[in-house]
Parts: sequence; C-alpha cells; structure tokens
Amino acid sequence: MKEEDDMMSDIKLVEQPKRPLAMNAKLFAMWLFIVSVSMIFMALTSAYIVRQAEGNWLEFNLPVEMYVTTAIILLSSVTMHWAFIAAKKDELGQVKLAISMTTLLGIAFLVGQVMVWGVLVDMKVFLVGNPSGSFLYILSGLHGLHIVSGVIFLLIVLVSTFRYKVHSKNLNQIRMCTTYWHFLDVLWVYLFLFLLFYR
Amino acid sequence: MATADIHIKESAPHGDHHEEHEHHTNFWTHYIFTTDHKMIAKQFLLTGIFWAILGGAMSVIFRLQLGFPDANLEWIRPLLGDWITEQGKIDPEFYLALVTMHGTIMVFFVLTAGLSGTFSNFLIPLQIGARDMASGFMNMLSYWFFFISSVIMFTSLFIETGPASGGWVIYPPLSALPQAVNGSGLGMTLWLTAMALFIVSTLLGGINYITTVINMRTQGMSFSKLPLTIWAFFLTAIIGLLSFPVLFAAALLLIFDRSFGTSFYLSDIYIGGEALPNQGGSPILFQHLFWFLGHPEVYIVLLPALGITSEVIATNSRKPIFGYKAMVGSMLFIAILSFVVWAHHMFVTGMNPFLGSVFMLLTLIIAVPSAVKVFNYLTTLWKGNIRFTSAMMFSIGLVSFFISGGLTGIFLGNSAIDIQLHDTYFVVAHFHLVMGSASFFGMMAGIYHWFPKFYGRMMDDKLGNVHFWMTFIGVYMVFFPMHYIGIAGYPRRYYSFTNFDTLNSFADLNSFVSIAAILTLGAQGIFLFNFFYSMYRGRKATANPWKSNTLEWTTPINPGHGNWPGEIPTVYRWPYDYSKPGAKDDFIPQTVPFSATPESNLPHENELIRLEKEDDDVIRVDDKES
Repeated sequence: MKEEDDMMSDIKLVEQPKRPLAMNAKLFAMWLFIVSVSMIFMALTSAYIVRQAEGNWLEFNLPVEMYVTTAIILLSSVTMHWAFIAAKKDELGQVKLAISMTTLLGIAFLVGQVMVWGVLVDMKVFLVGNPSGSFLYILSGLHGLHIVSGVIFLLIVLVSTFRYKVHSKNLNQIRMCTTYWHFLDVLWVYLFLFLLFYR
Repeated sequence: MATADIHIKESAPHGDHHEEHEHHTNFWTHYIFTTDHKMIAKQFLLTGIFWAILGGAMSVIFRLQLGFPDANLEWIRPLLGDWITEQGKIDPEFYLALVTMHGTIMVFFVLTAGLSGTFSNFLIPLQIGARDMASGFMNMLSYWFFFISSVIMFTSLFIETGPASGGWVIYPPLSALPQAVNGSGLGMTLWLTAMALFIVSTLLGGINYITTVINMRTQGMSFSKLPLTIWAFFLTAIIGLLSFPVLFAAALLLIFDRSFGTSFYLSDIYIGGEALPNQGGSPILFQHLFWFLGHPEVYIVLLPALGITSEVIATNSRKPIFGYKAMVGSMLFIAILSFVVWAHHMFVTGMNPFLGSVFMLLTLIIAVPSAVKVFNYLTTLWKGNIRFTSAMMFSIGLVSFFISGGLTGIFLGNSAIDIQLHDTYFVVAHFHLVMGSASFFGMMAGIYHWFPKFYGRMMDDKLGNVHFWMTFIGVYMVFFPMHYIGIAGYPRRYYSFTNFDTLNSFADLNSFVSIAAILTLGAQGIFLFNFFYSMYRGRKATANPWKSNTLEWTTPINPGHGNWPGEIPTVYRWPYDYSKPGAKDDFIPQTVPFSATPESNLPHENELIRLEKEDDDVIRVDDKES
C-alpha cells in the first residue's frame, strides 16, 4: 500500500493531466472486476430477453419473500456505508459494529434467497423445466455466489479492524469492500426490477 | 534537474525494495512462482509454444486425412493408438475432435494466452516505464490459472471418449448431448472446465494490464506518447474484459443444460424416436452469446499483432509511424465495432433479413479502419531505410496477410454472398489468413524483435529469414487454394469428400494443400532450433540492438526484477522520432529531452522546452509544500 501511495504521489507531482485517472491501483482493479461481473449479468439478462421473445414462457409472480430480501440487502448497504464513514472518523467501535451488522444482513439475505427458492418450488417453478424459472434460479444463484464472496471480504475487513489496520489513514481496504458491497446491492436491485418488469 | 533529485529521494526506497527481493530468490521463486512480469511473460511464451506445436501437429494429422483419403495411416498408430481404425484410417469422430481441438488450442491457448499473455506482460511495464505490473501476485495467478486450464485441456486429449468434438464454437445441441457424439461426454465437460479457468486467467491478466497502463506510467508518458504496442495491448485487454464474461455466461448455461437438466438451449429433440424431456430452449441463443465473445475474440487475437507490427515496421523502416493518431483511432474504432458485428457469423440461422442488413453494414464498416491501418503501414515503409531483419520480414508478411485475408472478409460480410460461402473452405481460408496467420506472424515478429530483451542474446537472422520465406510461401500455398475449394462448395469440418462426385475435381488441390501444410509445419522446426539454440548460444545482444526509441532498451541487457537499477527514466517525446531531419543519429530515444536536441526540433517542440522547465518548477513548488 505504502509503495503504491508513493507512486501515486510521484505521478501527481510530475504530470498534472494524469491526476484524474490516477486512483489507487487496487481500487481501480476492483472497478474493472465489477465491470466484468456486470458483463456476465448483462449477458444473462439479455439472453433472458431474447429467449422470452420466442414465446413458450411460463408466467408466474415473484414470491413476496423476494421483496423482503431486497429490503434486507438495501439495509445492508446503509450499514456498510455507516462503517465506511465511521472508519473515516476513526471510530473503530462503530466500524466493528457496522461491519458485523452488514455481515449478518448479508447472511440473512442469503438465507432469505434460499427460502425464496423453497417458495418457488412450492409454486411449482423449478430449476429444471421452463427456462423462465431456470433463469430466475441461475440469476439469483450466481448473485448469491457473489454475495458469499462479499461476505468473505467483509469478514477479512472485520479482522483487519480488530487488528487496527482500518482507520482514517488506511481506508483502502474498507473502501474497496464498500464499493464491492454497494455494487452487489445495486446489482441485486437491478436484477429484482428486471425480473419484476420482464415477466 | 529538479525532477531527478526528487525522484532519487522518493523512489529510492521503492527501488531498494525490489532489489531486496532479488537477494531472496531461489529456483522456485525465480522461475516457477515468480511475480516478475518478465518471467511470467516467458512462462506464457513457452507454454504458448508448446500448445502451438501440438495444435500444428493436429492440423497436419487431419490434413493427411483430407489430402490423402485413401492412404494407409497405420504408421501413426504408435501415437494415436485406437484412434486409427482397423482399416488404417483416422477415426471419423477423432477427426472431428482434432478439428475442434486445433481451433480451441490455436485461438485461445496460442494466440490469446501465448500472444497477449507474453507480450502484454513483457512490454507493458518495460515500455511505459514501470517496475512491474500493478499486482504481481494477480499476474502470477493469471499464469497459474492458465496453466491449470492447460493441464485440464491436455488431459482431455487422453480420455477414452476423446476430447470435445463439436467444433471450437461448441454449438448446442451437438455439444450438449453425449448421445450426439462421443466427445460431448467427458471431453466436453473438461473443455468447459478448462475454458472457465482460462477465462479467469484472461480476466486477471486483463484487469492487470488496464490498471498498469492507466496508473503506472512513468512521468511524461502521456497517452499520446505511448508506443502503439501499448495502445494495442490496452485496447485488447478492454475488449477481453467486456467479452470473456459473456462467454462465461454462455458456458454457464451450457453447463446447466448438460449436467443439471435445464433447457436453455435445448428443445424438441428426438433421439432414436424418443423425445428428450428438454422443452423451450433455443440453440440460436447460444450462438448469440457465443459470438458476442467470438467476434471480439478475433480482435483480441489480432490487435496485439498489429501493435507489434506498428512498432517493428517503424523501427526497421527508420521512419516515424505514418499517422500515429489515425493508428490509435482506427484501433479504437475497430475495438468498438467488434462488439456490434457478431451476428455476421449467423446470417444463415434464419435471422430477420433486415437485421442481417444492419449487421452487414456494420461489418463492412470495419473495412475502413482496417484499410487505414494498412495504408499507414505501407506509407511508413514508403521510402524508408528498410532493414530486413527477421522481425521486419514477419511484420511485412502480416501486412500481406491482412490485405489478402481482409479482402475476402468483404465478400463474407455480405449477407447474400454468405449464404453460398457459409461454412465452406472459403471461410477457413479467410480467417486463417487474416486472423490466424496474420496474428501468428505478429507473434513471430515480436519474438524475433524482443528476443534480445527476453534472453540477452540475438536470434540468428539468416535462419530467421529462411524460416520467414518458407512459412510465408507455405501459408499462401495452404490457404490460397482453399478459396477455390470453398467457392466450389467444399463444406468445412467434413471428414471425407470422396462420396460426392461434384467434389472430386479438387482432390488434387487438397493433396497439394496437405503437402504445403506439412512443409510449413516443418519450417517451424527451424524456428524452434533457432529459438532454443540462441537462448544459450546466440550472439550476445547489445543494449539497444535495433536502435529503437522505446523505454525497454534503456534497461540493462538482462534487466532484474524492477527493470531499472536506478530511477525510472522520464519521457519527453513520442516513440517514433526516427530519421528526424537535422538530428545526429537516425533515432532519438523517448528519454532525450527537447532541450538536448535543438538542431532537430520543430518550432512547436521548441515551445515544449519551456514546458519541460516549467514542469521542473511545478515540482519544486510542490516539493516544498509537501
């Protein structure tokens, strides 16, 4: 980290026009990762639209439980941001609390999604069957996998916080985590609205 | 100069840090689990060469079948075992597997990983003036994902049911149903696993390349001063970042169809009179997803080769590249267009003819930036003091293939003509020239040109020339006749044509192609000898053997981890100041400030001298503040 910061300051000193682009290399790489994950979901939702246009499409309403999980993940974004702001102010107690809450909300979201799958099965919407249902399982499942990776990231940040490695002078890790978690939240909201309007 | 002072102060700890690393390396950390971008590049190169030999050998085996359908191939039995039938023929299903694996290996493992992996890794830090990639660890992971992917793909060659055999495009339902062809069983599963890992490797690499180019350039290295190689690698990485995830999505749905019984791509299929349970899928959907990667992939393969060619041609013509901005612009334009032309691979899938016309129009527009690039290559060569080094020969060869293969692209891009030519040898000829051979020649040019930087020794130029001429003539002998065979209606991927009377008239041409293919592959032996011999016994290289302007030639002959022993050089000018009127030498490296070359400066460059000084002032002020 230190080393990269040195480099950044080098660049800033010497060549003015570079400043707008020269962000922390790891954070930048995180953004590129987010772009590639977005492309996967863009591809899947495009496939969904193309397939739907061909007809023979099972129609069903999204389970009510899905609104609840959406609310949970929206709330988790709020606590995540609280953690980030607290880290900026060096209030480590709050950071620990907020990250723990985010982690728990993330796990709650995952459990909720699995319960949604159960409700879908009760509605006779299966993974194997009409692609209308299969897409729903694949989209939520793949998003869930990313949430798992996000939860692992949260735990890593939580451990670093306990080791006093997250504070206002060292925001990189928590900033990356916040960025990623917000992205996962926005991604789910996109998927939810998409599924809601493209029935 | 103030710049120098500050940098000694600020980056000294940085440099030390890297030298420290050097002291601690052993065999494992130096050659195997290395984070040095140069060693990782060599790992990619050697793995790529391994795959190229394998992929080339496969093509010769199926060319034997195509050129000499009556020959007894009993003598390959020691190598292929039961894939040779009792009649001494290649097993038809294994023929399909060979074609599939040849395509997969060449497109992904040689010309994507072997080309981008090698030269992006090697040249990006060296040419932009960085100590290493943004993340050396991710870079190492990128290679090792590629390695595991390679191992799995290689393993699939040895299983009883054979490797994947549905074509490198793995269209379902052929690739989805093991009942369709033996290779769609375990072979296809391994193919998908290997490709998933390959995609991870490419994304890790690509994220690193983009981050490095944007964040790690040395002082003065603005985007308008980047060598065209870096522009090419940068755009290639962006294309890969946007398109490979889509292949991942396509493969994911295919995996679910194959292993979990979903029906994304399958519908109304009857096997032996019995209906499969899969209902409601669409095989065309797969083609859309696949070609959304598949077409950009063409440019992932080609752009690095074009970038390398720009650099090699300018250096060896001793002339500035003609139209630097047009070169960058056309690459950018190609990169954008590559995402909106995918359906030209699908004109005969029954798509709406109006939609077909739209894709046709977009496809034909690619001819414009491509022609700009060709024009610029030729005008760079025009009246240059050309040095026919091996690298230069291969670059000129690339331009030749790019023209002759590009012309047939205009034919194939027309939706009406494509109905006749679709899936014939005309297509095979087209893409082998414009994508396969052109990229291969770009890769060769890169190896010959940067070998001194790779290993500190020179490759033999005479052998290089022999290698060039045999390969160049060989490639045309292989692929030129295929245009005629294709127009005559020979479909690609067929095992044998002896059952069709109409297709017998070209049997001799097919034999000719096969002989040419064997000779061309044989000529690569010269390269392999030259490569490995020169690695240990080649003439020792000088610091700047090609009298080139770019930064990599300012490093020591055998650069260590960290590339520059002292501070990283500052860049003052673009990389193409060759044969500048009034200058003492016929090249001025990027590190020479305009204030040092008053005799050759143009009026606007004299103005820049003032800026060079102002830059120093700015730094001094900033330094005091901080």
